[in-house]
Order: sequence, then structure tokens, then C-alpha cells
Amino acid sequence: MGEMEQLRKEADSLKDQITAARKAVQDTTLQEAVAGITVVGRVQMKTRKTLRGHLAKIYAMHWGTDSKLCVSASQDGKLIVWDSITTNKVNAIPLKSSWVMTCAYAPSGNFVACGGLDNMCSIYNLKGKDGNVKVMRELAAHTGYLSCCRFLNDSEIITSSGDCTCVLWDIETGTEKTIFTGHQGDCMSLAVSPDFKFFISGACDYTAKLWDIREGQCRQTFGGHESDINSIGFFPNGNAIITGSDDATCKLYDLRADQELITYQDSGIMCGVTSLAPSLSGRLILAGYDDFNVNIWDSLKAERVGVLAGHDNRVSCIGVSSDGMACCTGSWDSFLKIWN
Amino acid sequence: MPVINVDELTDKDKAVMEVNQKKLEVKLERWLTSKCCEEVKEYIQAREEEDILVKGIPEEKNPFKEKGGCVIC
Repeated sequence: MGEMEQLRKEADSLKDQITAARKAVQDTTLQEAVAGITVVGRVQMKTRKTLRGHLAKIYAMHWGTDSKLCVSASQDGKLIVWDSITTNKVNAIPLKSSWVMTCAYAPSGNFVACGGLDNMCSIYNLKGKDGNVKVMRELAAHTGYLSCCRFLNDSEIITSSGDCTCVLWDIETGTEKTIFTGHQGDCMSLAVSPDFKFFISGACDYTAKLWDIREGQCRQTFGGHESDINSIGFFPNGNAIITGSDDATCKLYDLRADQELITYQDSGIMCGVTSLAPSLSGRLILAGYDDFNVNIWDSLKAERVGVLAGHDNRVSCIGVSSDGMACCTGSWDSFLKIWN
Repeated sequence: MPVINVDELTDKDKAVMEVNQKKLEVKLERWLTSKCCEEVKEYIQAREEEDILVKGIPEEKNPFKEKGGCVIC
């Protein structure tokens, strides 16, 4: 038997053992566990604000931790920091490369970051001395597009890339502290755990991975999706994760049981999930789809309880503010909408 | 800090990495799904009442309320 053949057999055998170990702890399903709970009443949200200003498709948005400011990135080559309550533009930052795919707001509010087909993550200082927003650092090392980035703090950021890796960067020195390898397809999305010790990534190899940031290790791998995972997020308690895929479903995986608890799907939904975000308590999962809508799911009963219809093109990004007060959607129609 | 250039990994390197990764994952201590489901349920139910997107918010308390319009008498 050739070496590759042997390795493949070994991997398959280990995967079978993992499947068996997961089955061994599966003494109930979420569906059974919530049989006594009623579905949440119909959720009807209204557009409270429309943020107008971008001139092309919006690809990403991220709330600041104050639940008031948010940043959006568009292929018009701008990053805009918005006051979501007044709808004023606090900053309009011109980018070197207009092919932006992601943006992030630092928890401190001092920085924003973005990146895309330039394969770089650019960090902008919002609180510069002369009031001008300038590029502070360009983090370059990925050999593929930047799909997502999230700050850990003012000096560290994690990026995911089309080169199948994720990287933890030291922003000060502009160097890679840790490279997270293991995915066998483009990494499309990442999310950091509430305690900042772990992050999760979703990729075009149809899996989600949980990584220990300090150890640099992949701890767990979650399969089940039948196509690319475009979006990933932590359930608010930090012990479960939610994924959204081109296979038109979202899934909830529990980290401690190391398996899927439930799938959010409907025979009427046949287009890919582009983005997702849980509500504050986790009871609702808001997911953006290729068909221009956002479907609102009751996370426990796995039923659709509402729709946000209002965009004239694909909903590319969605975020719930940290105080849970509102949800923001960004679309290829160039607008952001605030809903509650 | 060892820099792994993913482009330089051979198919065999990747296969070895996969086997090593699965060897780690197989050792995981897994909780019963009943315990996990219970925790998820309890977490949600303890916070649902304060979840604005679930329960809604009265207009006066909504920071995003539409500004008062003009009334034509």
C-alpha cells in the first residue's frame, strides 16, 4: 500500500472513531429537548434608519462595542464609520484598494481594519492627532484574498484568507504571531469567542474549525454542511457556534458535545446564506440570504418566525449591536438598514 | 516563529497533518447532548425577556425611533 493510501486509511479510521464517539453522547436531540417550549411569536421589525452614502455594493459591516457607531466597507473603495442613531458619517475613509471584502471595528473604538483582493489587512487609526484617519499598518503575508478580520485588542488582529489559513497578527510590528493551518479550502469567515481565548473559522471545505488562539491549535472540526460555509458566529454563551452555508442552511453546533444540535432549513429556501448574527439572548438567529432577504429563525424550535424584506439586492452582511438593541443589514444595493 | 508556507506543503505533508489533527480530535471529552441542550435552553430563557429583537421596545424608549415629523393642521 502506498504511503498516501495508508495515510488516507488512517484518517478515515480516525474520522469513523470520532463519528462513533459523537454518537455515543447523543442521548437526545435539541428538537426533543425543546418539545415543551412554544415557538416565539411572529417577529416583525421595521427599518428605523437607512444609511445612505456608499456608491457601490456593500460587502461588510461591523458594529462598534458602544452599539452606536458601526463601520461598513464597499467596493466603491470606501470605509464609512456611521453614527447609526443620527445616520451621520463620522468618517469616510478612502481605500488604496477598492476590492474590499471585510471590515472590523476594534473593541476600543480606536481602530478599524479592512482587506480583500489585495491580500492585505489594513489598519486605520481613527483617533490620530491631527484628526485625519490614516493607514497605520498594512499586514501583508497572506497569499490569497482577505475574507474576514477581527480585532482581539488594539495590538492583535485575526484574519482569514482565501489561502486556506487564518493568522494572528502583532499589529505593532506588522508580523504574523501564529498561522492557523488545517482548512482544505478558502477560509471565508471567522468569529472570536466572548472570552477572547478561541476563534472559529468557516471554509470552502464545508467545515468549521475551533482554534485555541494562544496554543495555535485546531481543537475541533465540525462537518455536515454540503457546501461552502460563508458565515460563522458564536452563540452568545460562547459554548455553541452557528454557521451559514451555500447549501441554504444554517447549523448550530455545540462545542462540548462536539456535534451539530440542529439545522435551520426550509424546503422553500434554496439559496445560499451570506451572513448571520444571533440576537442578544440567542433566541433568534438572523440570517441573510442570496435572495435579498433576511430570515429570522427561532433558534430553539428551528422555525422561521420573521423576514426582513427591504433590500433590492443580496444582503451581504448583518450584525446585531452588543446591547442587542438593533440589527444592521448591509446590501449589494449600497444601503445599510437598521432594524428593530 | 515557524512560518508555514501553505503553498509549499506537499500532498503528503497535508495528509500527515490531517492524520495528526484527527488523532488530537478523537481524544476530546464529549458532553452528553442532553446536558448541552439544557444549557442552551436555560441560557436563552434567562435572557429572552430582555431581548429587544424578540420582545420589541416601546417607541419612546427606542434609541432608533424615527424623529418626530411635522403635523399639518
